[in-house]
Amino acid sequence: MAKKVLTTPIQAEDLEDIHVGDVIYLTGRLTTCRDVAHRRVIEEKRPLPVDVKDGAILHAGPIIRPLGEDKYEMVTVGPTTSMRMEKFEEEFIKETGVRLIIGKGGMGDGTMRGCRDYKAIHCVFPAGCAVVAATCVEEIIDAQWKDLGMPETLWTSKVKEFGPLIVSIDTHGNNIFEENKVIFNKRKEEVYEEICREVRFIK
Amino acid sequence: MTKDDAVLRMTDIVAKFVAFTGKRLPDDVREKIAELAGQEEEPLAKAIYQTMLKNQELAQELNRPSCQDTGAIQFFLKCGANFPYMSELSGILRESVIRATKEAPLRHNAVETFDEYNTGKNVALGIPSLFWDVVPERDDCEIYTYMAGGGCSLPGHAKVLMPGEGYEGVTRFVLDVMTSYGLNACPPLLVGVGIGTSVEVAALHSKKALMRPIGSHNPNPRAAKMEQLLETGINKIGLGPQGLRGKNSVLGVNIENSARHPSVIGVAVNVGCWSHRRGHIVFDKDLNYTIDSHSEVDF
Ligand code: SF4
Repeated sequence: MAKKVLTTPIQAEDLEDIHVGDVIYLTGRLTTCRDVAHRRVIEEKRPLPVDVKDGAILHAGPIIRPLGEDKYEMVTVGPTTSMRMEKFEEEFIKETGVRLIIGKGGMGDGTMRGCRDYKAIHCVFPAGCAVVAATCVEEIIDAQWKDLGMPETLWTSKVKEFGPLIVSIDTHGNNIFEENKVIFNKRKEEVYEEICREVRFIK
Repeated sequence: MTKDDAVLRMTDIVAKFVAFTGKRLPDDVREKIAELAGQEEEPLAKAIYQTMLKNQELAQELNRPSCQDTGAIQFFLKCGANFPYMSELSGILRESVIRATKEAPLRHNAVETFDEYNTGKNVALGIPSLFWDVVPERDDCEIYTYMAGGGCSLPGHAKVLMPGEGYEGVTRFVLDVMTSYGLNACPPLLVGVGIGTSVEVAALHSKKALMRPIGSHNPNPRAAKMEQLLETGINKIGLGPQGLRGKNSVLGVNIENSARHPSVIGVAVNVGCWSHRRGHIVFDKDLNYTIDSHSEVDF
């Protein structure tokens, strides 16, 4: 199977054929963006100082090594739990025009609507694979809102085939985590019955 | 060796070992992950496992911590009552964490509660956490090291059940944690279950269960059977790597137990993520050490 690579700027058409469960990669620009940055954009109505229209964001707090003269190196970068941004994400997509959101774990109905209505997708990068992620970063080209501290700064990097990214929400209204939950819960009930037959130790 | 020399030596070894455990997973975890990866057929699950394996190789090659969350450091001790450096031990362990934090480097993960600031050193009130068992008539000291990450600490739950709920209630409790919090804790998980009277007893058992090697069994045949039933059962749910579905869900299920008050069953669940950074090192009275969690240790 050929590697599916998205390159920024990403157009709505590029996302049409992508479905939940697909594995893709990203080449181009990627900006870390998490809790407080989302809050500033949505609640404080401050414009994001980085143009992510047709671009990509990563829910993450990296470990950065300053190299002096405004140069930085990415030591490790791993996704953080996306669900914390759920509250803001639908509006964030609408406000910024971002096309690709990368994080850890699933997101909810708001993000699903945002992705469907404004044509964006949410992907999962396998957590705990911080060194792989860091080695996909070619260089850090910008740092904004540095007042937020290292984890929360908007670090924009040039990345090459950043991934694997597993599509968890597509532009067609599908959400893989929600679908999985239904399956898991159903199987759980069957397993529960099976085990209970064998553990009646109190008689 | 003077006492001062001994303290320096032990601090140095523990610091290096802790830093090392952030970069290489213990043998049992590596073997199990390779085994589970080999069973997957779906491209999605396979891609995730391949990334995990590549990450572990790169971590070693580039000498970097394999996951960005290097946890809050915890030590589980089985210290001989005649171990000559028992009095110095808590100071040694604290200092070794400060050293490992600089040298590895480890992420700063110790936030003072109420005053709410990060100490920047990975030591703070009660961090590293020390859990002591003093063993009579012995003069050596066993240390389990553990990096308690945020994602894998989050599913931790404890509850006191009524006896009427029985081991069926224990089953329900464990399974519910798996399909809710377990999903985001980076499966495949090592699941620790503790059984006893009250919550703190059960909780401590559930964590100590995570120090036991994968594939080991509880000495009580019924408890061992329940480990097996839960392992098979949770695997059938098929959480897969990262909760994105697959053939399995867990690295294993370990149960630790003690007796209970007739009116209650205390139960607790703790999980280790796929990046289960547990180490085991034993010092004799002359501070010669053996490491049995990791072969080919190079520091
Ligand atoms: S749960 Fe484990 S592997 Fe996942 S991000 Fe946390 S420490 Fe890393």
